[in-house]
Amino acid sequence: MAIYTKEKARQIMEKALSFSTADACVINMGGSESGNIRYARNTVSTSGHRSNQTLAVEASFGKKSGTATVDEFDDESLKSVVKRAEELAKLSPENPEFMSPMSPQVYDESITFVEATANIKPEFRAGVAAKSINPASEQEVTAAGFLDDSSGFSAILNSNGLFAYNKSTNVDFTVTMRTNDGTGSGWVSRDFNDVRKFNPEEAAKVAIDKAVMSREARAIEPGKYTVILEPAASADLLRNMSGAFNARTADEGRSFMSKDDGTKMGQKIVDERVNVWSDPLHSEVPTSTWNGEGMPLKKMKWIENGVVKNLAYSRYWAKEKGVDPVPFPSNFIMEGGDASREELIKSTKRGILVTRLWYIRSVDPQTLLYTGLTRDGTFYIENGEIRYPVKNFRFNESPIIMLNNLEALGEQVRINGNLIPYMKVRDFTFTSLSDAI
Amino acid sequence: MKRRKFVQLSGMGAGAAMLVPSMMMGSSITADALLMPGMDILTKRKLADVALNTARSLGSTYADARIGRYLNQYVFTREDKVQNVVNTESFGIGIRVIANGTWGFASTNSVTEDGIMKATQQAVAIAKANSKIQKDPVQLAPVESHGEVSWKTPIKKDFKSVPVSEKVDLLLSANAAAMENGANFVNSALFMVNEQKYFASTEGSYIDQDIHRIWPTFGVTAIDRGAGKFKSRQAMSAPMGMGYEYMDGLESEKLEGPSGLRLYRNSYDIVEDATLAAKQAKEMLTAKSVQPGKYDLVLEPNHLGLTIHESVGHPLELDRVLGYEANYAGTSFATLDKWKSGDFKYGSDIVNLVADKTQKHSLGAVGYDDEGVKTKKWDLVRNGVLTNYQAIRDQVHMIDQKESHGCCYAQSWNDVQFQRMPNVSLEAGKEKYSINDMIKNVEKGIYIAGRGSYSIDQQRYNFQFGGTVFYEIKNGEIVGMLDDVAYQSNTQEFWNSCTKICDENDYRMFGSFFDGKGQPSQVSAVSHGSSTSRFDGVNVINTGRSV
Repeated sequence: MAIYTKEKARQIMEKALSFSTADACVINMGGSESGNIRYARNTVSTSGHRSNQTLAVEASFGKKSGTATVDEFDDESLKSVVKRAEELAKLSPENPEFMSPMSPQVYDESITFVEATANIKPEFRAGVAAKSINPASEQEVTAAGFLDDSSGFSAILNSNGLFAYNKSTNVDFTVTMRTNDGTGSGWVSRDFNDVRKFNPEEAAKVAIDKAVMSREARAIEPGKYTVILEPAASADLLRNMSGAFNARTADEGRSFMSKDDGTKMGQKIVDERVNVWSDPLHSEVPTSTWNGEGMPLKKMKWIENGVVKNLAYSRYWAKEKGVDPVPFPSNFIMEGGDASREELIKSTKRGILVTRLWYIRSVDPQTLLYTGLTRDGTFYIENGEIRYPVKNFRFNESPIIMLNNLEALGEQVRINGNLIPYMKVRDFTFTSLSDAI
Repeated sequence: MKRRKFVQLSGMGAGAAMLVPSMMMGSSITADALLMPGMDILTKRKLADVALNTARSLGSTYADARIGRYLNQYVFTREDKVQNVVNTESFGIGIRVIANGTWGFASTNSVTEDGIMKATQQAVAIAKANSKIQKDPVQLAPVESHGEVSWKTPIKKDFKSVPVSEKVDLLLSANAAAMENGANFVNSALFMVNEQKYFASTEGSYIDQDIHRIWPTFGVTAIDRGAGKFKSRQAMSAPMGMGYEYMDGLESEKLEGPSGLRLYRNSYDIVEDATLAAKQAKEMLTAKSVQPGKYDLVLEPNHLGLTIHESVGHPLELDRVLGYEANYAGTSFATLDKWKSGDFKYGSDIVNLVADKTQKHSLGAVGYDDEGVKTKKWDLVRNGVLTNYQAIRDQVHMIDQKESHGCCYAQSWNDVQFQRMPNVSLEAGKEKYSINDMIKNVEKGIYIAGRGSYSIDQQRYNFQFGGTVFYEIKNGEIVGMLDDVAYQSNTQEFWNSCTKICDENDYRMFGSFFDGKGQPSQVSAVSHGSSTSRFDGVNVINTGRSV
């Protein structure tokens, strides 16, 4: 059993701490049980189960630190892992950016654990696969998918008396549906803390419908188009943008957020309808209420009415700059609007509906320019209706330019633990065509 | 944020976060402990036999056992500071069986008779359970029984015997050289890996292998705050299947590139490269922005290797072609009908692309793959025509072949082995031809060196590549540095536009140290050799934007 209760975890960690002779000691402990099933060509290809538990000791003498890990928690193992960490610390070079462990903090109670997800059995996974494979087979479509579920805990205890514990569950699902003649492809992604919210039939249907609808795509000229980005399409670009909210690289002058001798804090960088925040207690996308150092995570605004409200400061950088540390966000929530996907399509005279963007890579970190391609369902919209599927495009675009060209925001959807709205954007830059299906 | 399975060992600065896949880690140990001998070979044989015999007694028709000890040492620095030194060890056994015609796999770090018996029972149970939904029973191509054999990466200096202080000093000297030459920031790192792998199978092979890899790298950043600009120049090194001797910086392994560039063959001078990197990063701040249009591209091997990797290596993986990777990496344009036609022109007549698991100094070189097949070299594209794929024992029957290509790999004892890309390389040109010979015949072109941004679609048709440095060629001469360059093409169009390939004197390897594939994802390391090559009339875009 790799999931320890709060009391049991604390007891083991306190035991380990009692063996410490270092100036400072931080103990992290975690465990998880996870299972997966993978299928392709309408049959199961692999399935697996994994159980992990680990305890990591970071011992410090002055500014010298060493870390050692162990996966057995009897007294002898704990004694030896602490000793190993201390030996490593003594041999390590000084870290000029060393920060002493934090003092005790107060945390909100997280809402990340759902018993139903922790109780997933192999039969359930096989059932999810069948709910993709069976309807696919009936419609001359081939399913390839992956379901991965996990439940786990993490805890931290340090020599200054700080203790935090969290339990969480997660289920991630993706399936690609390809028509047997190879001319159409659709895809869907779903993820939840609570598996009871997951409807595998509904998900499979979305992907199958897109596969069938996307057959015999037409080639249209690349160029600047109004696009309706489904949340899965914009999620990765937005996540990449959030990486720029690092105060240190901004201060150092090597970030999109750098400006003259300072940063873009307080500056309007995108359309005023853009509001972005993180919130570990959001009911749809909850996360742990503390980070790896034991810093409490609270609701935090990053962009308000298009203006940069906060940058993330590590404890070291905050001390250098004489400000309070601001932990990096644990999720990304972007405010949406009331419009449904259908309403956004209806209000579009001429545009492209994009299911997802793929193989996204940074082209220029200074302007946050990224390239990548559309994939698994790209459609031409005219006079408020989807008219026909189009061949995939390569794009070269910056999420900053994209959020300045915002036309409309729609409903929010959970994607990879983040909450992203449908959005309509004008002048999205497609630079070439791809024959890929 | 999505919980990615990566460990951020150190901040590599803007746009260059150095993320190490978490599965590449293990338990932290001291540098001295890396030198401790592992389990002796007789014990390994005895324990592997426990797995094989247990599997047989439970009705398996095939079994293999991999006892692996994986040692890693990573060193990270920035400017004048050491950020982290990591030494890790991971030890365990993975057992794979075929029962009821179906694969089953289980692993354990309890490398004892009892632990191995339990894991084997689990592997057989998984195989039997999955056989209920298996449509086609596994068909294994025959393999030679090798008996007791061994293989070692031919290294001159074991990284484990070189003191950490020497490695730290070398990186800090490179950082200092960059700072003295005008860099504002520099991050450098050394990745060193030793896989000690023991393989045994019911086919009668007991194979002991000792594999070494090394990758020195850095990012040098120059900033012009007044202009609000910053530019980074990455290292011109390549990850190699070599020992610490790669860091010797031998003059005999250096090549003069155009415009004062230094290029490295099988020995790397990190201090010299960091010095040039700082100068070039500063030059990039004021380099001319490229005029978009068609150019003849002259591509240096440490750049072209990544294009080979993405546009030849991946699309010719048979599992992708067949649809097993459809939900993740994708499928392939190089479908079976194109291969069967026997005349699919992948490239121009001078394009010969070979797969090779035996190439000296390469990342993919081993004596035997992870299912006990002796490694070899084979053609993928000959005289421009598609001739073969990359396939392993349970796949070759699908392309009517009798012999595995020997490219099966698992990233650790803990993961099941599957088909991975071998080294895939472009053969050197047969005529005597140097980089200068090539440049002097180009009227309007761009010389590109080093790896940059890369992106390709899920069937490997449309790609876009950047690079580390770009130089404009006008009427046979380099006239200056360019900025904002990326080229877009289609795989078949691109390889058919290849008109000239330098000779073997220019042949060098590019490498990918952490190439990802599969769900759950596994990494592997692979090299791609080539000589500087010319591609005519390729579409170049300008990536500059104002925000």
